[in-house]
Amino acid sequence: MAKDELINKFKYIGTRPNRPDGLDKVTGRAKYGADFNAPNMLHAAVLRSPHAHARIVKIDTSKAEALSGVKAFVTRADFPTGLKGEDFYLQENTIAGDRALYDGHAVAAIAATSALAAKDAIKLIEVEYEILPHVTDVDEAMQSDAPVIREGAQDHSVPEGLPPNIVSYMDFGHGDLEAGFSEADLVMENTYKTEAAHQGYIEPHACVGQLGQDGKGDMWICTQGQWFIRKMCAAVLGLEASQLRVTPSEIGGGFGGKTTIFSEALSLALSRKAGGQPVKLVMTRSEVLRATGPTASASMDVKIGMKKNGQMTAASAVFRMQGGAFPGMAPTGMALECAFANYHLPAVHHIGYDVLSNRPKSAAYRAPGSPMAAFAVESLVDEMCRELNLDPIDVRLLNGSKEGTKSSFGPTFRKIGLIETLEAAKSHPNLNVELGPNQGRGIASGFWMNHGGETSISMALGEDGTVTLSIGTPDIGGSRASMALMVAETLGIPYEDVRVNVVETGSLGVNEPTHGSRATFAIGKAAVEACNEAIKEMCQRAANKWGIDQEAVDWFDGAAHPAGPNAGDFPPMTIKEIGRRMGRTGGPISGHHATTFGGAGESFGTHVVDLEVDPETGRATILRYLVVQDAGRAIHPSYVEGQFQGGAAQGIGWALNEEYIYGQDGRLQNAGFLDYRVPVASDLPMIDTVIVEVPSDSHPFGVRGVGETGIAPPLPAIANAIADATGKRLRHLPISPPKVLKAIKEDS
Amino acid sequence: MNYHTPSNFLDASEIAANSVGQIRFLAGGTDVLVQMRSDILTPDDLIDIKHIQGVKDITQNNDGSWTLGIGVSGAEMSEHAEFKKAWPGLVEATDLIGSTQIQGRATIVGNLCNGSPAADSVPAQIAAGATVSVIGPSGERTEKVENIPTGPSKTSLKKGELISAVHIPAREKNAGDAYLRFIPRTEMDIAVVGCAVSLRLDNGIITDARVALGAVAPTVLLVDECAQAIIGTKLDKAALKKLAQAAEKACNPIDDKRGTIEFRTDIAGVLAVRTAKKAYDRAQGK
Repeated sequence: MAKDELINKFKYIGTRPNRPDGLDKVTGRAKYGADFNAPNMLHAAVLRSPHAHARIVKIDTSKAEALSGVKAFVTRADFPTGLKGEDFYLQENTIAGDRALYDGHAVAAIAATSALAAKDAIKLIEVEYEILPHVTDVDEAMQSDAPVIREGAQDHSVPEGLPPNIVSYMDFGHGDLEAGFSEADLVMENTYKTEAAHQGYIEPHACVGQLGQDGKGDMWICTQGQWFIRKMCAAVLGLEASQLRVTPSEIGGGFGGKTTIFSEALSLALSRKAGGQPVKLVMTRSEVLRATGPTASASMDVKIGMKKNGQMTAASAVFRMQGGAFPGMAPTGMALECAFANYHLPAVHHIGYDVLSNRPKSAAYRAPGSPMAAFAVESLVDEMCRELNLDPIDVRLLNGSKEGTKSSFGPTFRKIGLIETLEAAKSHPNLNVELGPNQGRGIASGFWMNHGGETSISMALGEDGTVTLSIGTPDIGGSRASMALMVAETLGIPYEDVRVNVVETGSLGVNEPTHGSRATFAIGKAAVEACNEAIKEMCQRAANKWGIDQEAVDWFDGAAHPAGPNAGDFPPMTIKEIGRRMGRTGGPISGHHATTFGGAGESFGTHVVDLEVDPETGRATILRYLVVQDAGRAIHPSYVEGQFQGGAAQGIGWALNEEYIYGQDGRLQNAGFLDYRVPVASDLPMIDTVIVEVPSDSHPFGVRGVGETGIAPPLPAIANAIADATGKRLRHLPISPPKVLKAIKEDS
Repeated sequence: MNYHTPSNFLDASEIAANSVGQIRFLAGGTDVLVQMRSDILTPDDLIDIKHIQGVKDITQNNDGSWTLGIGVSGAEMSEHAEFKKAWPGLVEATDLIGSTQIQGRATIVGNLCNGSPAADSVPAQIAAGATVSVIGPSGERTEKVENIPTGPSKTSLKKGELISAVHIPAREKNAGDAYLRFIPRTEMDIAVVGCAVSLRLDNGIITDARVALGAVAPTVLLVDECAQAIIGTKLDKAALKKLAQAAEKACNPIDDKRGTIEFRTDIAGVLAVRTAKKAYDRAQGK
């Protein structure tokens, strides 16, 4: 049944039932990546380069191979040659070719009968390196005398004469920039820097790979997307994608970092060499930090023109980002698209550089690019508000994007909720709390465009009238619960009657991963479509029984009903009844939907933080933290709030302490959770949340993805609060105690 | 790797003395096991000493002093009401190490023998005037805690020597100790600077004091100039200023991922003042 307008009254949507996977997860029954074991399984260990940049002259594995228990080893020589583009870079990141390109780059791998034997064998591999000059800082990598990471890697976008580590260039905008700046009463321009931050998921990468000489294989893996794993592993190893079946485990966090492969293909390559014995590969935390993808580090110039009343007249940005030793990994384009999305600007211009450096291959991290962009732009807006003595929320209300605004990146916004988040923030009780000495308040907004993407889904009716939903996107943030709620709402059956299964690649058509804040939006939309297909069939079964037309049957409250008095006087036929008889009335009933969804509704958010700075140590304590964000429609409000809080927590960590620290030797200095300082629970207050609901017209219930936007505003909000508390503007993250104390001491 | 479980300290010493390779003593294991798992070290002889009788005992002696077995964990110290009342600074320093799980295993002797200048319990042990019994091939001796560490991951213990007990003096009346550290987070971190102060009062005037600083030099420092800055005072502003200056002057830190030279030096002064105030309050029964 087509619905031509948004439903606003719900029975299940907006309630907060327990998550279907909750009991398994709190009792330890849920199976995560490293929990999978197979008979005759071998264990892998990976030898990694200790050098940031080195030519691999010779690899001698003879001693390692002689060790008892060693069954297979692989180097790059065991992989097919001639790969192009992204496939080539995936392969080269899986295992180094003639050069190791970063500290932690895999050089060789071994499979043995125990993890200990594999680890011992790795130590016996002798590698001769010729150490090459390296560069890890983005600004240094752009210099013409910087060590060259890859010759000839520049794409056609790069203007002639730029140094070779600049591999891509972008330049876009609209309006008359110079006229805009000349209209302004105040033009300010500053440079901002952010350091690479890791997603910091609790579960390290883990998989078991099995591959026979016949090219047929299986993989069990902790991932955000089993089809991406299948496609990428198949490409790297030269397999046919459909011959590899990938089964996802539960997932202990991904945040974008588990949408791609790092060492996974090594387990398959080792298995093939070991005669098809399955090979388990589990990364240590140190390997996760050294050799999986953190986000890019960024160096950014931002310029804004503003009138005395706060009206913005023009803005421009130049962003330089390094995404490791592999082209196309720095999220420069998305960062630029997010940079000024909050604002209606008559003139705006963006320039971006994708730069190579001797660092690990960057991966997606929650709203890739948006946090850095927000840090630069929202910091500068705050600086200008202070200069002009204007209220930062009022300035955002004055310039804020709304329905009909031509966005900074081109398209005209449909219905969006930025203004509503600003108004909700303004009226929140946190803003009436008076601040004490050394305390400061910071405000910032953020944006993520959200994604739909390739989706394939099936639902099936059981013989007892219950329903199974098969989805292809691993459940990271409570999506099973959200799907079950949307199915329950659509079919009119209890939430508990829906079982949602995350299935392997053999069970559905291709699905993109759980990424781009797409699961509740795209999978939910597909689930509604699949249910509607089944409803149509169930109505048909009732129509057949009643001897009336299918169009004369309505579906509500979990049963088929005659559409009106003219349709006849029949008692409702429940889903249970239809399920019980379906074998005799025409066969199994199921619904299916497969499409590529576009048009995901954007989500804006506004954050307000109160913090206190210890003036003697520079240490900041978060006193209060408020997240206001547009969810379009909160299907399961607890998981929406969880996403808001999780994004804020990660953003706070990035703002205050998290950073990749490289030594002069180009080695990562803090490859562990002791010195890569994510916030601990006691660092944060309970994060207050307000869910704004401006329904998106592209989803049957109005859903907007909510997973990513929340990580962008904390970076500038914290910097703005530090400035409010100390009078000092810090433009280089993290704003760690030594930097704050140094800035405070500059006065005295 | 050979794993040993000697039943007394003499046997433990003998195994260590006769080992031809690298040895490690295993008590709580919160450093040794982590180092083994992260491939920093694989000892040839791993000598587990927590099966020796009495190593889990906290004993108050007739003269009021205390003897702590080498297997006493942080959690056991925190839950011992009388010991905690006598030496709250030492207990709070130990309690800052690691998580709840770590507290169930970690020992202050292990913290000392790991040789880290940032070890939280070590400044507090030094400020308390603690000594340790050392058993080795040439017999048994008593050593001041401050003489055990000689540099990062290095101690003065000779081949075959190990610590068999920790001795903490009787706590005098009108006395108190305290420990504070600076970390960027609230817990589960390593001291960027640590400071312990133990002092005794007579009518509000400090008569004895010991001040120890961690993570500002290759070893934990017992800083006599800091003690002298506050002895004979009521911890007035002038005394605190001298204390901070003395603490800053004693620093010989490094620049690393955890803090800069400049920052560590500044923080040493700040923490010395804050810790002294806390110890002073405790000595006054506050």
